[in-house]
Amino acid sequence: MATVTITVNGKKRSAAIEDRTLLVQFLRETAGLTGTHVGCDTSQCGACVVHVDGKAVKSCTMLAAQADGAQVTTIEGLAQDGALHPVQAAFREHHGLQCGFCTPGMIMAAVDMINRYPAGLDEETIRKELDGNICRCTGYHNIVKAIKAASDTMRGMAQAAE
Amino acid sequence: MYETTYHRPKTLAEAGSLLAKSDEAKLLAGGQTLIPTMKQRLAAPSDVIDLRHIEDLKGITETPSGGVRIGAAVTHAEVASSDIVKRQLPGVATLAGGIGDPHVRHMGTLGGSIANNDPAADYPAALLALGATVVTNKREIAADDFFTALFETALGEDEIVTAVVFPKAEKSAYAKYPNPASRYAMAGVFVAKLGDGSVRVAATGAGQGGVFRIGAMEQALGSNWSADAVAGVKVSDGDLLADIHGSAAYRANLLTVMAKRAVAAAG
Repeated sequence: MATVTITVNGKKRSAAIEDRTLLVQFLRETAGLTGTHVGCDTSQCGACVVHVDGKAVKSCTMLAAQADGAQVTTIEGLAQDGALHPVQAAFREHHGLQCGFCTPGMIMAAVDMINRYPAGLDEETIRKELDGNICRCTGYHNIVKAIKAASDTMRGMAQAAE
Repeated sequence: MYETTYHRPKTLAEAGSLLAKSDEAKLLAGGQTLIPTMKQRLAAPSDVIDLRHIEDLKGITETPSGGVRIGAAVTHAEVASSDIVKRQLPGVATLAGGIGDPHVRHMGTLGGSIANNDPAADYPAALLALGATVVTNKREIAADDFFTALFETALGEDEIVTAVVFPKAEKSAYAKYPNPASRYAMAGVFVAKLGDGSVRVAATGAGQGGVFRIGAMEQALGSNWSADAVAGVKVSDGDLLADIHGSAAYRANLLTVMAKRAVAAAG
């Protein structure tokens, strides 16, 4: 057992946990944030993607102890003051989900992708960057559309702010 | 996952003594192979020693002779986006940017990849083709001597990879055919023309004994650096892997195709 302290969505959370606890277990079971999903449990599907110190990682493939002292953002941390994050809004607008199981990971991956391509994204790049996220419903078309739209919106917001 | 005890050393010396203290300890770099393996209970280390917080294992620097030194705990994403690597060793930047997926690349490290020596991993091809040197906490090992067999390396029990030093290269490029499901290489070829003019070619994903050099392609490219020069070189399928994803003959053909693509990419 060890005590870990992780800042989740801006709020510090400390807990005594077994060293073998995965970050996704800490988020879901200790912090009670069940938006982060476990899909495959074999590190392939991306449903568990969260941001650790600003980078997208698979929370099922990291020990909570490895994230001790880190800043973690989950799907619950994206909306601000009741307003959806532009990526969340774009997924709703473009029907980028059907059953919704992969959506938290898709959206966290999309936010990370848009952060890494501030000059904008084309369809080919989006599809390549979605390598680590599996969706069994949509066939990806509307997910790609949503990410493209969100990327354009966020670029417009960044330019307007300058 | 079985119970384990997590350690976070701040120095290489501390990591070394933790490793020496336990017979069943494992080094944890990015964890992108080790943690899935522990979850499947295929590995049950009593202790895991996290190497991500040791300053000595970080950083990418140009060496005085025009080569590049990459710390063992540098992630694939950092290598892929490094201006030094993109300028000096474009093949290594391409290779790192094609490992796994974006999330894996944010965690997975150079040191972890080579210490594991998965026969379908990408990095071993770059180290062997470039004639790189593996630096550990005890010694330096030439890439030619480092990769010994499937999942086997020359590393001793208490040895920790600290960095890889790549020599100056005039040209470098990597092309792989990823398994459509796992993204691991079914055949990957790294081609390099080194600063002294010598040509080296290494293949991953295809060999029964792991990464290996393709001498016939090195000779062909040595006298004529062009995709056409390797187009006619066939690799014998006798020592190649065969599994449900592809026969040895299929992989042999892929090696020639990947070599052509790599040479074309190198220019």
